[in-house]
Amino acid sequence: MIRFTLNGKQATFDGDASMPLLWYLRDHAGLTGSKYGCGIGLCGACTVHVDGAAVRSCSFPISAAESRNVLTIEGLAGDSLHVVQQAWIAEDVPQCGYCQAGQIMAAVDLLKRQPEPTDADIDTLTNLCRCGTYPRIRRAIKRAALMARSGGSA
Amino acid sequence: MSRLDRDDWGPALFDGGTAVQAGLTRRDFIRATLTATGALLISASLVPRVLRAEATSVQTSLDPRQTNAIGLFIRIDQDGTTHIGARAPEIGQGVNTSLPMIIAEEMDADWSKVKVEQLPFGIVRIDAEPGVTWKYGPQGAGGSTSIPDAWTDLRQVGARVRWVLLHAAASHWNAAVDNLRTESGAVIHSDGRRVNYAALIGAAARAAWPTEDVATKAPKDYRLIGSAQPQVALREIVTGKAQFGIDARMPDALVAVVARCPNFDGELVSFDASAALKIPGVREVLALPGPKSGEPIIANLAPGVAVLADDTWSALKGRAALKIVWSDGPWRDESSAALDAQCTELLKGKGFRCREDGDFDAARNRAARVVEAVYRVPFVSHCPLEPQNACVHVEADRVRIIAPMQQPAGASRLANQITGVDRFNIEVQMTRVGGGFGRRLSNDFVAEAVLLSQLSKRPIRLLWTREDDLRHDYFRPFGHHHMLATLDQDQQVTGWAHRLASASKYYRRPNMPEDQMWAAELYPDDFPAALLPNLRMEWFGVKSGMTRGSWRAPAHTANAFAVQSFVDEVAHAAGKDPVAFRLELLGKPRQIPYSGHGGPMFETGRLSEVLRRAAKNIGWGREMPKGRGLGIAAHFTFGGYAAHAMEVSAGEGGAYRIERCVCVVDVGRPINRLGIDAQMMGGTIDGISTAQALEIHIDKGRVVEGNFDTYPLLQLAAAPDVEVEIIDSERAPSGAGEMGIPTAAPALANALFAATGKRLRSMPFAAQRWTLGS
Repeated sequence: MIRFTLNGKQATFDGDASMPLLWYLRDHAGLTGSKYGCGIGLCGACTVHVDGAAVRSCSFPISAAESRNVLTIEGLAGDSLHVVQQAWIAEDVPQCGYCQAGQIMAAVDLLKRQPEPTDADIDTLTNLCRCGTYPRIRRAIKRAALMARSGGSA
Repeated sequence: MSRLDRDDWGPALFDGGTAVQAGLTRRDFIRATLTATGALLISASLVPRVLRAEATSVQTSLDPRQTNAIGLFIRIDQDGTTHIGARAPEIGQGVNTSLPMIIAEEMDADWSKVKVEQLPFGIVRIDAEPGVTWKYGPQGAGGSTSIPDAWTDLRQVGARVRWVLLHAAASHWNAAVDNLRTESGAVIHSDGRRVNYAALIGAAARAAWPTEDVATKAPKDYRLIGSAQPQVALREIVTGKAQFGIDARMPDALVAVVARCPNFDGELVSFDASAALKIPGVREVLALPGPKSGEPIIANLAPGVAVLADDTWSALKGRAALKIVWSDGPWRDESSAALDAQCTELLKGKGFRCREDGDFDAARNRAARVVEAVYRVPFVSHCPLEPQNACVHVEADRVRIIAPMQQPAGASRLANQITGVDRFNIEVQMTRVGGGFGRRLSNDFVAEAVLLSQLSKRPIRLLWTREDDLRHDYFRPFGHHHMLATLDQDQQVTGWAHRLASASKYYRRPNMPEDQMWAAELYPDDFPAALLPNLRMEWFGVKSGMTRGSWRAPAHTANAFAVQSFVDEVAHAAGKDPVAFRLELLGKPRQIPYSGHGGPMFETGRLSEVLRRAAKNIGWGREMPKGRGLGIAAHFTFGGYAAHAMEVSAGEGGAYRIERCVCVVDVGRPINRLGIDAQMMGGTIDGISTAQALEIHIDKGRVVEGNFDTYPLLQLAAAPDVEVEIIDSERAPSGAGEMGIPTAAPALANALFAATGKRLRSMPFAAQRWTLGS
């Protein structure tokens, strides 16, 4: 039996311990916001946070979540949307939208490590977007950084 | 069914059949659509129909639960919330925002109170052949047609709703309609009284409809059309709540993954499922028949062995445990190198003349100079980030389909062909789609799920992995373009030839004769046709076992790369400025007949204008330091005109950066400026990504690449900002999904030539050791 915290609530799983966290989330926890894109940790559509750091859940066995905190896109917003989500809306970032939950989780992680990211910092993000929304992603991250510094407003 | 597929972009799988049988031309198609929609609007006055997300069967009686509907597209709640039905598949091109904007504009809805709902696929019976037509109007996403189609009929939908509300208010006040106007969700009397639409909904839902078309707005009165609106699903997307096909669920559905034959036209010889069946969660293993070699592809792309399991992980483990023997198939000697050699050999001979103006051979014989080059365009994959998937339940007399589709009509027809279930008992619900790019014009993945549900008698949730998706695609055709231009003593171009050897997109299509295969590859009215006295377009069919299909802006991405790069070469050869040379070829503004999709006319002046503005925006003509260069390209795609200009810097050893990238587009009257900007930005980056690094290789008659490690989509670091200028046109709008891509690659190649003196004639550039940095 694997025990962990999922979006602030206790969760347990007694199935196959080698199951990637992504398939647990999508098939067993009813959380479909994290997306499957490649299965080998390259595209980042499945990005979630484990103990506050970005993890590609398609390549992260659920056994490794034991006693840890898992946060998915569904648990990111509090009473109001996270500043990164707000910035994504303000910049009208998504096109098809499929990769965007992963992009947002990666951006939140980046801003934790680099609250005032330079272009070079933003360039370290490797999440793929097939629609080519990258320029708006870059603007949204910069906007979110500004919003966070000014207390949440754009 | 009306003609859901158009030969100039659609894959015609299962969709071409009825169109051909019905003998519909595009003109007939437009007329039929208008008639059908008009008829529907009239019948809606008698039978208020509703927006029901869960059903596609036609409502034949009044639904007592819905007393707030006006026609098929509109529902208004007491609090003023206005629900507008979105009929087209949303694949990221923004139509769930732009199409409802058109309706909202004409009905004068308050956009801040609009909620958009995805309509299901809908058909209605008609007496004439083929017995059914659209319920909501065209419901496909392809060929950048959603906006022009909507311009044809959805303005009238909105205008009629407004008419009904106006007349309901007139009755309410016992006033003359002429004394009333509408504004932002309300009817206003000339004496100052005001009533919200919500208060009129009871009367409006029972009101008579206009029996003829009503007047639509004058463009000067537009408030929404031409504005910049964020897309409507933003909040759902950023919170992870947006439902894609892969998120669809059906009770008791088994997850299916399929091991497909990797060899082109290979067959399943034998398989051993004993180990797979021992894996906990695996319920069943089924053989799936594939198409017969050489015959039209009717359903799924390849034979396979399917593992049905309780969840995805069990299914994947089960598939990995299968032992399968495939036959090699007839293409075992096919390789990328062999295809290159085949092209070279073919181009030595004489091909099919698609267009012959004047006498190119004579022009060549008397030319002072002949410029000549061969360009190579590789196979590429659509590679949408959401891989193929479908939720399907086949029962004795009923089929339910939930899937990410671009052509739900094809899925409906296909399910009918496979199961024999009446089309009116086949529910087709399209979800939000995680990228289309033309891949989901084909419904092979839906067919697989239908076949598996039929065989297993269970609801099926089919999932393709990334490897499945990359190896079993309808790839963009591969080809060699042999370009020739003849110059006279005065450096004037006297002749032009475009000789293309390619593996046609029209691959094993039903009802597609061999002698029409060229039509997907060379568009005979494309630039510079009709601009030069002697012009030849010649096509050579490459034999290949690779499946091919429509990849965003189909042949335009290949042909604009060859033509717009070669124009640059000819300009340099003639000692002319590449912008001035193009403008000289285009000549004075005039209309030239254009028989292909995007016609009926090509306007030279509009192409010249986007070219001039792109040149101006990039600062064309300025002195460039060593290692820097400017490149430009312009092209007409499906009714839209686009130009790219780029500034690059190139260092030693092939490393380069895109310093600036501008795009100018004329898509007629802009509907949603923010959406057009997004499409141009995305199209540009798609074009750069594909030109720089993407190729699908073939070895021993199978696809080599399998995932993003070998098919490296562009990452954020290397993606330039795209400065988009949208022309303020008052022409009827074209779509915008495809215009942003064809000119990106040649503008980049031309800029790299300007910076380095090296001409890039083969994509992807990475194969020649060019690296794009941040």
